[in-house]
Amino acid sequence: MLEVNGIANGIVLDHMKAGLGLVVFNKLVDGKIDHPVVLLMNVSSQAMGKKDIIKIENTFDVDLNILGLIDENITVNIIKDGKLFEKQEVVIPKKLKGYIKCKNPRCISHFDNYVEPEFTLYSKDSLEYLCSFCDEITKYE
Amino acid sequence: MMSELRHLIEPGDLTNEEMVELVDLGLEMYENPKKYAKVCEGKILASLFYEPSTRTKFSFDSAMLRLGGSLIGFADPNSTSDKKGESLADTIRVISYYADIAVMRHPKEGAPLLCAQYSEIPIINGGDGGHQHPTQTLTDLITIKKYKGTLENHVVAFQGDLKYGRTVHSLIKTLARFNTKKFILISPEELRLPSSLKRQLLDKYPHLVIEEVLHLEEVVDQIDVLYCTRIQKERFFNEEDYLKLKNSYILTLKSIENAKEDMIIMHPLPRVNEITYEVDDDKRAVYFDQSKLGVYVRMALITKLLGVDIDVRG
Ligand SMILES: [Zn+2]
Repeated sequence: MLEVNGIANGIVLDHMKAGLGLVVFNKLVDGKIDHPVVLLMNVSSQAMGKKDIIKIENTFDVDLNILGLIDENITVNIIKDGKLFEKQEVVIPKKLKGYIKCKNPRCISHFDNYVEPEFTLYSKDSLEYLCSFCDEITKYE
Repeated sequence: MMSELRHLIEPGDLTNEEMVELVDLGLEMYENPKKYAKVCEGKILASLFYEPSTRTKFSFDSAMLRLGGSLIGFADPNSTSDKKGESLADTIRVISYYADIAVMRHPKEGAPLLCAQYSEIPIINGGDGGHQHPTQTLTDLITIKKYKGTLENHVVAFQGDLKYGRTVHSLIKTLARFNTKKFILISPEELRLPSSLKRQLLDKYPHLVIEEVLHLEEVVDQIDVLYCTRIQKERFFNEEDYLKLKNSYILTLKSIENAKEDMIIMHPLPRVNEITYEVDDDKRAVYFDQSKLGVYVRMALITKLLGVDIDVRG
């Protein structure tokens, strides 16, 4: 079996459905974090059959908001000094900055560098967000 | 009301009480214009029109001049630094040094909100794309108040292009806050109120009654306020559909035959042909007075946002 050491300090994202690891990696990690990251795919799991895991070393400064949009069942473990320090709950974020683009082509957020579009959760079930600038509803996909 | 810096970007920036206060002050100014002729002496309004709109611009200019204030601004987007790629945030920072209050018309939705985030003077949204037009909403409210005595408990019908008409969107959202008895939406299938807006209204006000019909004649006898808008030919996919529907959305004396005596007919103007000239002489037609009232409610708004001290009771 493939050996990957545990981390001393950092974040472990566990219990991701097989395949979701790459999605999370692309949205959360890729280009945004320059600490060591391990992505494990298709790890066997008693409960899930197969699962993915991501380990991010030496950082706690990761915007975990996005996880709620991908899968609320992901487990977030904060590791300090080699021990489990805290389990964080994954929730669908009420506010979003970045991650989505307003679907309204006439929205100022597409035209001005100063704009930092902020979205407010409109529907939890359909992951729809309301743009703070133009009030258009955009679905997270 | 407004000691800290306040803006009017969307009707939601004003509470119901503040709206009524503005409408009442506007009516007071309409009745006694001389009394307010100097209250903004020494103040400067910047009108920043990134999209031409002579009517809205003149209405604001007139409002400021009637208060004794002065104007700076532009009405031609080609003359501004917008073309050079300057951010609106920078523009408004600089304008803040030149003027005491600014009104802005912009084709991009949300542009005035962006400005408000960087401005040191009050910003008034004079229309942003198809999104909001809050001073038109105030104009509509002052008209309803003047002719119907109250903003509440009316049956309000909207006819025409309800899909793209931002004046309709703003007004319907606002009137929903004022216990409107019923909304009747009269439009072709192609130009119905956007379903996302309808959903937002019904989510927020579950008891709201919204009825959608194809023809005014079916409902005309119930209506207290009839709000007409223009239907543009280019909104239709084919000419045939347009021609078929065109005539059923032109208001004539015949189409209001069975209407209430005290129904009022409103229109944000300009009109093209959606209300025939014969209707102008009917006492229910109030759209020209609506334009006039718009100046006075804008006067009220300017004084309030500037924090000018005036005695409302006269
Ligand atoms: Zn937007």
